[in-house]
Amino acid sequence: MASRLKGKFAIVGVGETKLGKLPDWTTLGLHLDAIKRAVEDAGLKIQDVDGLVTNQPLEDTHRSYAVRVAHAAGINPTYATDLALGGATPCAMVQHAVMAIDAGLCKTVVCVHARKQATRHQTPTRGQPLRDGEEDFEEPFGLYGAVVNHAMAARRHMFEYGTKSEDLAEIAVATRGHACLNPAATMRKPITVADHQGSRWIVEPLRLLDCCLVSDGGGAVVVTSAARAKDLRRPAVYVLGFGQHHPHFSLLEARSLTTLGGKVSAERAFKMAGLRPSDMHFAEIYDCFTITTLITLEDYGFCKKGEGKDWVKNGRIALGGELPVNTHGGLLSQAHIEGMLHVTEAVRQLRWDDVEPERQAKECRYGVVSGHGAALSMHATLVLGREPA
Amino acid sequence: MSEVVIDLPVLDPDSKPFWESCRRHEMALQRCAACGQFRFPPRVTCPHCLSEEYTWTPVRGRGTVYTFVTFHHVYHKAWADKAPYNVSMIELEEGPRLWSNVVGIAPEEVTVGMPVEIFYEDVTDEVALPKFRPAGR
Ligand SMILES: [Zn+2]
Repeated sequence: MASRLKGKFAIVGVGETKLGKLPDWTTLGLHLDAIKRAVEDAGLKIQDVDGLVTNQPLEDTHRSYAVRVAHAAGINPTYATDLALGGATPCAMVQHAVMAIDAGLCKTVVCVHARKQATRHQTPTRGQPLRDGEEDFEEPFGLYGAVVNHAMAARRHMFEYGTKSEDLAEIAVATRGHACLNPAATMRKPITVADHQGSRWIVEPLRLLDCCLVSDGGGAVVVTSAARAKDLRRPAVYVLGFGQHHPHFSLLEARSLTTLGGKVSAERAFKMAGLRPSDMHFAEIYDCFTITTLITLEDYGFCKKGEGKDWVKNGRIALGGELPVNTHGGLLSQAHIEGMLHVTEAVRQLRWDDVEPERQAKECRYGVVSGHGAALSMHATLVLGREPA
Repeated sequence: MSEVVIDLPVLDPDSKPFWESCRRHEMALQRCAACGQFRFPPRVTCPHCLSEEYTWTPVRGRGTVYTFVTFHHVYHKAWADKAPYNVSMIELEEGPRLWSNVVGIAPEEVTVGMPVEIFYEDVTDEVALPKFRPAGR
């Protein structure tokens, strides 16, 4: 069905802002900076852009977000929408861009996300994160924050498959190793399994070094047709496959805590691309917590369910290994822009000349990107490639 | 009653009968009149068949720990003197799961699959919280 669209659309520009603590920037400013970098990277003018997809930042919400950002940037859009799929949004944004261009609504779409989570505007009307509506059944029991849902899943994974905290450490260590090679990463000091095991519990069984960073920053990509992509400044990176699945909202009603939306989402994406997990040369896996990476690698079929704890060891997910995972350092060690930088990194990897040589996944032709949101409830997948087929 | 500083539920038309049943110390959940399934959190339609017909049906208050965590980090000052504390996902015999605390046992002694039974903690004149302790103790 969707395979009609395989290779017909491409990402032609990417941009990332500065990352970290950015008290001198507004959320809107970070959006505009990311858009400018991506549009210039593509060799386009802002007038060439006629579509915009945003992801309203939870910490700084405004009405009609996409159109506000579009006009601030100087985009006069014939398609604009704001998606709210949490960390699944960046992968879903690219899918919307493809669908909108295919439907004839527009020709060139920017997908942008930026946030100020580290240095929020603390005024009564700004900086109050949106609520999800389930809090009345959570807060009276002391259940707060994003760590808890993933800790619940981690405990269940440990119960069902014998996974241990030391196994999750392997993911934190490998991801940090990549961040150490990335000048843009926030955390660039190597860590060991012992460092992970010595870090304090946040919500047990997750430790500090199982948790993502809290960041300011932004990223953007430019999507257009493969035909139009040929004339642009940078090599096109083709959209070969995509999928989504959102199997529950409240974790209380999850069908499983250890097989998530990634399974169906990736099956659909790989089928559309006509590729298998073993065809991938790298994976940018949404890593809000180490357990998310583990469950997603299993759900995507890189290994069997429950075998992730051993599969991630012995350098397999490090650069130079069988499947480099999160070559930029991920949410764990680069910055947490809700997965937008997983998409920009995948594009840069597939260009071959766009990252530090030591950080390049050698001769990579295919890569997969995952996005995961909220209470492990939302998932989107992109399969990208250097060639349209 | 002592000063309440924890966050309490805001009762809305969907959830009010649930919290009132807890206040009476006899928890009731919505049970679909069409397909017979229980559901939680409360809402007007059945997620299995979309029926709007249901009855608030008392549950036995027995279940097992489906999964659990121990909060070490303090997100809200009301919980500062309780940390490290347990938060569990309780699977009731009737099917639905809910969040609660397993108390009367050290957090490190809670296990997945542990049988638990309900008791109620009166917090205000309007709200009693359903809590759990190991069954048969
Ligand atoms: Zn029903």
